[in-house]
Amino acid sequence: MCGGYNYSSSFGVDMDSFSEELMRPVEEDDQVEASVGSGPEIYLPWLSQHVQSTVSRGCKGTNFAQTTSICLNFIREALLKHQWQRASEFLQCYLQTLEDFNSQKRQVAPENIWKLGSEILYHHPKSNIETFSAFADRMKNIGVQNYLKISLQHALYLLHKGMVEDAYRNLNQAESWRYGEMSASQEKLIKLIQAYRGLLDYYTWSKKRTELSRFDTDGFATNAATQDMHSYFRQASVNLHEIIKIPGIWDPFVKSYVEMLEFYGDQDGARQVLNDYAYDNNFPSNPNAHIYLYKFLKKEKTPEDKLINVLKILHQIVPSHKIMLEFHTLLRKSEKKEHQKLGLEVIFAVLDFSGCTENITAWSYLAKYLKQIVKEKHIDWVQEAWSSRKDWWPTFHFSYYLAKKNWKENKILAVKKAFTSGILLGKGCKYFMYVCKQGRKVQEKSIKTMKRFVMKHNTLNSEEL
Amino acid sequence: MDFDEGNDYNERCTQCAAVSWKITDEGTYYCTSCLNVTERRKEVESVADFTPNTKIQAINRGLKKKRKLEKGWEWYVCEGFQYILHQQAEALLSLGVCPKLKDEVLHNFWKRYLQKSKQAYCRKPIYSNNNKSAVSDSQMSLSGLDSEPELLSIYSCHLSESEVESRSDISSKLIFPNIKTTQSETTSVCSGSIDGVEYLKQKEKGILKMTLPMTLAFCYMSLLWQRETITLSDLLRFVEDGHIPYINTYQNFPEEMKVYGRDIRIFSIESWPVYEDIYEKIIELGKFLDLPRFPDITENCFLHPNMLCMKYLMEANLPDEMHNLTCQVVKLTGIGEVDFLTFDPITEKTRMVKYDVQAVAVIVVVLKLLFLLNDNVEWSLSSLAQENNENNHEGKPCFDFRKWYQIMKKIIDEKQQQREEFKAKYLWKSEKPLYYSSADRSVVYKRRRMVMNLQKQFSTLVDSAPNSEKKNPTSFQLKWTKEEQNTTCFHGHSLQEILQKKGKSLTTLNSQYWLSTQKFCKSYCKHVTTYEESNFSMSYQFVLNLFSFLLRIKASLLHEEVSLIEKRLFYKKYETKSKASKSKKSKKILKR
Repeated sequence: MCGGYNYSSSFGVDMDSFSEELMRPVEEDDQVEASVGSGPEIYLPWLSQHVQSTVSRGCKGTNFAQTTSICLNFIREALLKHQWQRASEFLQCYLQTLEDFNSQKRQVAPENIWKLGSEILYHHPKSNIETFSAFADRMKNIGVQNYLKISLQHALYLLHKGMVEDAYRNLNQAESWRYGEMSASQEKLIKLIQAYRGLLDYYTWSKKRTELSRFDTDGFATNAATQDMHSYFRQASVNLHEIIKIPGIWDPFVKSYVEMLEFYGDQDGARQVLNDYAYDNNFPSNPNAHIYLYKFLKKEKTPEDKLINVLKILHQIVPSHKIMLEFHTLLRKSEKKEHQKLGLEVIFAVLDFSGCTENITAWSYLAKYLKQIVKEKHIDWVQEAWSSRKDWWPTFHFSYYLAKKNWKENKILAVKKAFTSGILLGKGCKYFMYVCKQGRKVQEKSIKTMKRFVMKHNTLNSEEL
Repeated sequence: MDFDEGNDYNERCTQCAAVSWKITDEGTYYCTSCLNVTERRKEVESVADFTPNTKIQAINRGLKKKRKLEKGWEWYVCEGFQYILHQQAEALLSLGVCPKLKDEVLHNFWKRYLQKSKQAYCRKPIYSNNNKSAVSDSQMSLSGLDSEPELLSIYSCHLSESEVESRSDISSKLIFPNIKTTQSETTSVCSGSIDGVEYLKQKEKGILKMTLPMTLAFCYMSLLWQRETITLSDLLRFVEDGHIPYINTYQNFPEEMKVYGRDIRIFSIESWPVYEDIYEKIIELGKFLDLPRFPDITENCFLHPNMLCMKYLMEANLPDEMHNLTCQVVKLTGIGEVDFLTFDPITEKTRMVKYDVQAVAVIVVVLKLLFLLNDNVEWSLSSLAQENNENNHEGKPCFDFRKWYQIMKKIIDEKQQQREEFKAKYLWKSEKPLYYSSADRSVVYKRRRMVMNLQKQFSTLVDSAPNSEKKNPTSFQLKWTKEEQNTTCFHGHSLQEILQKKGKSLTTLNSQYWLSTQKFCKSYCKHVTTYEESNFSMSYQFVLNLFSFLLRIKASLLHEEVSLIEKRLFYKKYETKSKASKSKKSKKILKR
């Protein structure tokens, strides 16, 4: 309020809250009589200069603060152990944080209580939809900051309980709620609420569509139903269209929006949406955006070059994605050398990840491609890809232990890997040798041909070793 | 007016949240506690009953004007404290303290305080500085309060019991100056009391200000004067457990004593009292009141270390035979002397013995003498005792330190957990919420209602039986009886195995000793020595933690006291500044 506070710093916290108490506008309570705010009581600028506390509090934190923090710990512990009754016992006491003298703490209290309380009520055996809703309604009205957030979460809870209509009503109500001038955060939340409402509209639309498909395609009744369905589409699309303009990750919204657009034959619109979602730099990087686009384009039979361009980006974000195998085949089939080279890198990159080590398709692609490349004399590509991996792949993929394990569990995988190891590491490689030895016992033909090939094409190793 | 007609209107008053309505002659409801008039009218059944009365309307208007300024009684901060002291004294009496404590001792201390701080019982109360003519001398002499109470008036002054009780009496005894009405009106804007704002600004040198912790200093001083069987740690424990009003005492003020605004800083507290803090305050207060030497603490008093040691030995489940040793230590160190023990505020180096902490420290020293507590000797002695007990089933069993440790550890862990839960569940906020200005009022009340509603909601989700029955006040927190299962009562165990006969006397089997502190801090910082947990053996830490838990003090405070006892016991070691860190051979010869 006034220029300089010169009270001692030890009372800083308390004083802040005090002057804040004095200066806080009455707007927080909608029941306040308008006349109260204008009295001489409020403006006391001299106070801050003369205030001195006689009570030794506020220095090192009060026992009140201690109580609430211990209490919070107990609640957390109880939640972790799923002791819902015990948690609600402590939460009952934790509610006093709503009355904290420290205004900062008081302002964050409702959110904490909402989080803890909703978690408890979600699981508590004695809780039901009514208690949860009563709690949500109470919490919505403490302060104004949490109204929208709680409304949204309340709606999600109702959805979870299968009460779609109630959830929809709730969202509607929240949407029409206004408080003062709309702040930026409020605006975003309203958009989000609208988007969820749009999603529910989409849900109804989709239900109607399946219903409709069951009936005959002509007749007056179907016509009306189509109209009805169309109105849901319009409602949904307005809200969904709004939210996907804001940078963010909106997978379910985008998906349902695109689905509706496609249904009504607006392919260009759908493509535009997906393109924006994938390529707008303001949006956070999102692999799904590229996958959706790729799948859409594939369905539309777009030229492979374009598909490759989409997947190139995905390859950079998630090199281990299972679509990468598809990408690899696309690249292999391509006539450009550049693409073919990238194909090798892509398949190598897939196998860099521990989740894919036993992916038989990936290994067979690699083995097959290596064979092709060696035949085509592009050893330099292999060397390039291999150079960054030669330090760790031998232990990561081609150890003796893994040879034994793979052979035992999946002989085809073992053979593919052995072939790869033979090409990359030479015939002296443990993995290769083990599989060959085992193969001799079973007299497998494929192993013989593999061995022959490796012996013949040993150029890579001789240079490397 | 018919006063029974307000009952059918049940909404809370927007001003004070009370539900106590009466009807004005205009037919509207008004709140009997704050005189707030509502817009709402009683539905009048027949017009004939409704007779407007212009005269009463005028009165109503007057009341309306008053309520805007949030006025109850005109009251002063010291009256508030007086009210709190009164409540505390009542609580102490209900604990079984001698009734004299309230009417003679505490009352006199308080009068003396008011006089010394120039708030009453004197010619020039501080409030009259602005307006000297307000209090005429004749008025003062008429009331007969201008003469200074004599030094020993504490004994001679007998006042009727009811005197402190009613507020009207208070105001007749205490002469407050008439602060100009204009001034009082502006101040009442941000405090319920008349002088709340000024009180906080006051910084006169040499005047000890009243605070909530100070009320406990008053209480303890009275207890000490009466030589009651309540130690400071007991008192603070009773406060924490809610047997003595301290937190939210203002909520018991009469309805008309409004507490808000600046008063919050004076009358609301969100921390429990701290031992050292209150201890300091007692000394300050004793000095400020210029009190004479307190009644002697002799061997028959509860506060004498021998008595207290007995009490704490029992509580800590230690053998009675140890009492012999504690008495020896008390004698050797001279801490049982009357002059040492008696509180004398006007001597030059005023100090008061921390009776309880000191007694416990003596027990720790004795435990160190017997068992050394170096994480080694005590265990080998325990094995000895255990062996002995297994072979010998007759007579008194030997005291087995290990067994004692196991039992105590278990129970203290349990109690500690209970206490943590108690702390976590403590409700600090009163039913009567506090607000800084009348603008905040409705917000604060609304918030309170919200909290109460939510609490009600969650109470249905809690286990049906609320097990938080109020504990009865007791001086023993731990009780040991022979009948209890799973525990052992060590009171009757003997120390024979660890004491050796040497001629006619007994010495401890353990012949070593280590000092808790090498160096005493001589600078102006208040601590005697520092306590770094990790520097000490586990069993010493356990013993310190056990006793400091019982007294609800910090372990470091007990450590300091142990060091001080050792300083007295081995003063030669400290004098010659022996370099040995382990002062060997503290041969204590025990006569039997």
